[in-house]
Amino acid sequence: MGIEIRDIRKSFGDKEILKGISFKFETGCVSMIIGASGSGKSVTLKTMVGLLPPDSGSVLYENQDFYRADYASQREIRKSIGMLFQGGALFDSMNVERNIMFPLDMFTKWTLKEKLRRVDEVLERVNLTGSNKKFPSELSGGMKKRVGIARAIVLNPKYLFVDEPNSGLDPLTSTVVDKLIQEITVEYNMTTIIVSHDMNSVMNIGDKIMFVYQGKKDWEGSKKEILNPNNPRLEEFIFVSDLIRRDF
Amino acid sequence: MMKGLFHIGRYFLLLGTLFKSLERPRVYFKLILDEIISMMLGSMSIVILISTFVGGVTTLQTAYQLVSAWIPKSTIGSVVSASSLLELAPTVVTFILAGRIGSSIASQIGTMRVTEQIDALEVMGINSAAYLILPKLIGALFAFPGLVTVSAFLCHAGGLIAGDLTGAVSSVEFTQGVQQWFEPFQVTVMYTKAFIFGFLISTISAYHGYYTSGGALEVGQSSTKAVVYSCMAMVVADYFVAQIML
Repeated sequence: MGIEIRDIRKSFGDKEILKGISFKFETGCVSMIIGASGSGKSVTLKTMVGLLPPDSGSVLYENQDFYRADYASQREIRKSIGMLFQGGALFDSMNVERNIMFPLDMFTKWTLKEKLRRVDEVLERVNLTGSNKKFPSELSGGMKKRVGIARAIVLNPKYLFVDEPNSGLDPLTSTVVDKLIQEITVEYNMTTIIVSHDMNSVMNIGDKIMFVYQGKKDWEGSKKEILNPNNPRLEEFIFVSDLIRRDF
Repeated sequence: MMKGLFHIGRYFLLLGTLFKSLERPRVYFKLILDEIISMMLGSMSIVILISTFVGGVTTLQTAYQLVSAWIPKSTIGSVVSASSLLELAPTVVTFILAGRIGSSIASQIGTMRVTEQIDALEVMGINSAAYLILPKLIGALFAFPGLVTVSAFLCHAGGLIAGDLTGAVSSVEFTQGVQQWFEPFQVTVMYTKAFIFGFLISTISAYHGYYTSGGALEVGQSSTKAVVYSCMAMVVADYFVAQIML
């Protein structure tokens, strides 16, 4: 099941950004959308989460077409989506506790005690116990990402979308964030979709990979297959760095 | 021309979305209360300072111009009172509030836009326009009349004190003039203006913040545009209110 996109097309003015992308994202595994800057991977992600309606094509959540569903059904689907944004997108005016509690305030009728207990649970899960009262301005980049993950998973989502999880992070923190995403994907049996151009991340946690080139799906496969992709554009993208070699 | 029409159309479309798919009322209640308190307290000191001095200056300048022995000095009180209720409190002070509150609304929402906080709300299925703008709009509809009331009172008080201190008009004559020529309808005009200006400043500023794209530079530009266009809209609205009501 999971999520399927079918022949997604999206243009901005005269420029066609997505030229008919189709892909199936499976439950319980981490799927990665990779590609160079401007290739259309972030637009694909935004189309999938409802931020940018496609010009044509379908986004199917468990075979239910998101863009053809009525408002109530769309809202139900959205409740099962968690998203981690590139900069964390934490609400500046709220402390960590209020940020994580926000989806609970909006979508549940839990008591304050129940909500606080849940906040503590997810904070413990992302190794940030005791950070409840800190404001986003007091957090490091890695901590912001982890709070973002905590907010994304607080409603036990079925789908987790992650935009550039490693941007602005040092390699060690990147690995911690990657590992956390991988663990919670298995733990919550989620369909996780990550947009990234970080090959370390791809090799660490990518179960299924889609390479986007100039608005089209140019290649798909596993992380084992990506080392011998038989695709010159993908090879150029992967092996541009001396650090990543065929004998990785 | 086409660009102007585009913005006007998009502004009205945004207003339309403010009342669609709202969350539970209790979600908005606290936000509205926060906005009223923030707008009132945040602007109170500037309103106090400006209103008191504007009232004082109006008294002194009116006294300077009324040099005829045939005109009683109590006229100064009536002129200051009418000016305060019809223009100084609802218009001059809200111009200052456009700078204070309008730029704050635009930069707050604009920053949320460029740091993807609005996207985060949308992904959760929350009507971000309603969640962010509606409390500010309702807050402004309460806060502006409140601030204008304070301003009108202080314009009178400033005028009375300045007149008395300089000897331009005694406090008794000033008060006599205020009472003698007081028209309750002027208060209606004052509150009508306060509501309309509160609506214009909050929605125009929110519009510019909501459609910010780019980064910190664009947030600053949105903030400037919010103040400029709010003031322009206020001047036009001020003319029509005066023409229709007076």
